[in-house]
Amino acid sequence: MLRITNLKKTFNAGTVNQKVAMDDINLHLEKGDFVTVIGSNGAGKSTLFNLIGGYFLSDEGQILLDGQDITFMKEHKRAKYIGRLFQDPLKGTAPSMTIEENLALCYMRSNSKAFSLGVSKKEKELFRERLAQLDLGLEDRMKTKMGLLSGGQRQAVTLLMSTLVAPKLLLLDEHTAALDPATADKVLKITKEIVEEHHITTMMITHNIQSSLDLGNRTIMMDAGKIILDIKEETRAQMTVPDLLELFKKESHKVLDNDRMLLAK
Amino acid sequence: MNFSMILSATELGLLYTLLTLGLFISYRILDIPDLTVDGSFTLGAATGTMVTISGHPILGLIAAACVGVLAGSVTATLQTKLKVNPILSGILTMTALYSINIMIMNDKANVSLLGETTIFTMAKEIMGTRAALVIGVVSVLVACVLLGLFLHTKLGLSIRATGDNEDMVRSSSINVDAMKIIGLALANALVALSGAMVAQKQSFSDASMGTGMVVIGIASLIIGEVLVDIVVKQRGIKANIVAAVIGSIIYRLIISAALVVDISATSMKLVSAIIVAIAISYPVIKSIIGQKMNQYRRQKGGNIHA
Repeated sequence: MLRITNLKKTFNAGTVNQKVAMDDINLHLEKGDFVTVIGSNGAGKSTLFNLIGGYFLSDEGQILLDGQDITFMKEHKRAKYIGRLFQDPLKGTAPSMTIEENLALCYMRSNSKAFSLGVSKKEKELFRERLAQLDLGLEDRMKTKMGLLSGGQRQAVTLLMSTLVAPKLLLLDEHTAALDPATADKVLKITKEIVEEHHITTMMITHNIQSSLDLGNRTIMMDAGKIILDIKEETRAQMTVPDLLELFKKESHKVLDNDRMLLAK
Repeated sequence: MNFSMILSATELGLLYTLLTLGLFISYRILDIPDLTVDGSFTLGAATGTMVTISGHPILGLIAAACVGVLAGSVTATLQTKLKVNPILSGILTMTALYSINIMIMNDKANVSLLGETTIFTMAKEIMGTRAALVIGVVSVLVACVLLGLFLHTKLGLSIRATGDNEDMVRSSSINVDAMKIIGLALANALVALSGAMVAQKQSFSDASMGTGMVVIGIASLIIGEVLVDIVVKQRGIKANIVAAVIGSIIYRLIISAALVVDISATSMKLVSAIIVAIAISYPVIKSIIGQKMNQYRRQKGGNIHA
């Protein structure tokens, strides 16, 4: 589904601030894979997502999505195939527009006749049904402005928006990190349900090592712009958090310095 | 202030409503203080006037809207494709338009429409003395309904979301640059149309008639919003459009009231600026007063517990 070959990215090349953020990355994802991504601060996790999502372009290498070369495709064009969630719940929704209008915007990926009614009756029914699945009572508040919802509610709706038209690839960038633990669990649960229901190929950055092992079918660990660990199937099933930390130490010759990661259970 | 003054202020207010609606799109929806408006208002007036003289007054209005689209597109292209600061792009277009407007008016600073057929003289023959009011009401109704419907289409939703959260729009696979260009083009079309109608109403166009129109439009918008907020709890698109209409008329009423109390014509800019400053700072002043009241109440209340 996703095939990344020899991807490289250097920031501020040729200056004292030069930073190799992506150092010859190769990654291949099968359709339906749910990959969790872990690594310390500055390891290149978000850079990888930004390159796949098209926020900036790579220096070298190639990105293929479902056989299509998206290496140089513009961000908003890629967005047709790639759904993306950020840590900041405010980033994914338009606050002064209603829930249904927000959903309608994302639904345009499937139907974009410019002068047709913004939110049609048929769409309203679909949105109501999908909102009900979130089990947050939002299906009865479809005319509420997005800005009035809590962070967790907004993140759940953003998740729904990104998957309303199933994307080929879903990128989750610590999308529960800004939420309180109970809400984070709920959003993770919803994430799991939606991804499983629609068999969406997903990559999720997380700082919670436990959930990186609990969720999905594959875990990759990054450090200094490289993928230093890629575990799946049997190995992964038997892996525990201390094992993973030990492996990190061995592979990167340093202790995992992400304090948030160590503090998380 | 007598009835006929109120009436003529209302007539003028209705013609300026199109300007306010234009600023509603750029300033409120897209969140861009679009200074092109000072130039595109005159551009509409100049183009409308010249086409009225050499062609037909209605053709003049259509031509004005078209050049308005061009002016808006230039500003939007500067700020999206060429990454010029949004305010500077407006200033650049506005400055360029000053020269262009005079060129359009055959290198003259003003052109008279006296004795020419305008939409107002045409309507007067059919409807009599109330013609200007009828034209104002009809044009505002048509503009409001069309704009209201447009903002609820898929394209309209995309433009609204662009001003609200650009990141989100981009990740919804919508072309943000295109939305800004369409939005500013539409906004300036309305502004230019307003300029053309005002020129036909006052029977002349002048190279400096657009000066301060951004401020006037924004002030009208805010006056309307303040008034509408008294009755509406959560302002939606409909309430916002109604606010633009009410605000434009009230603004003209305030101006004519100022004239009644014998404020000279040269002081009108000062009066306008003061009205604008008060109108724009109203929400801030309100919240400062609210905070002070709250502080006073709690400090008094605190003594009881102390």
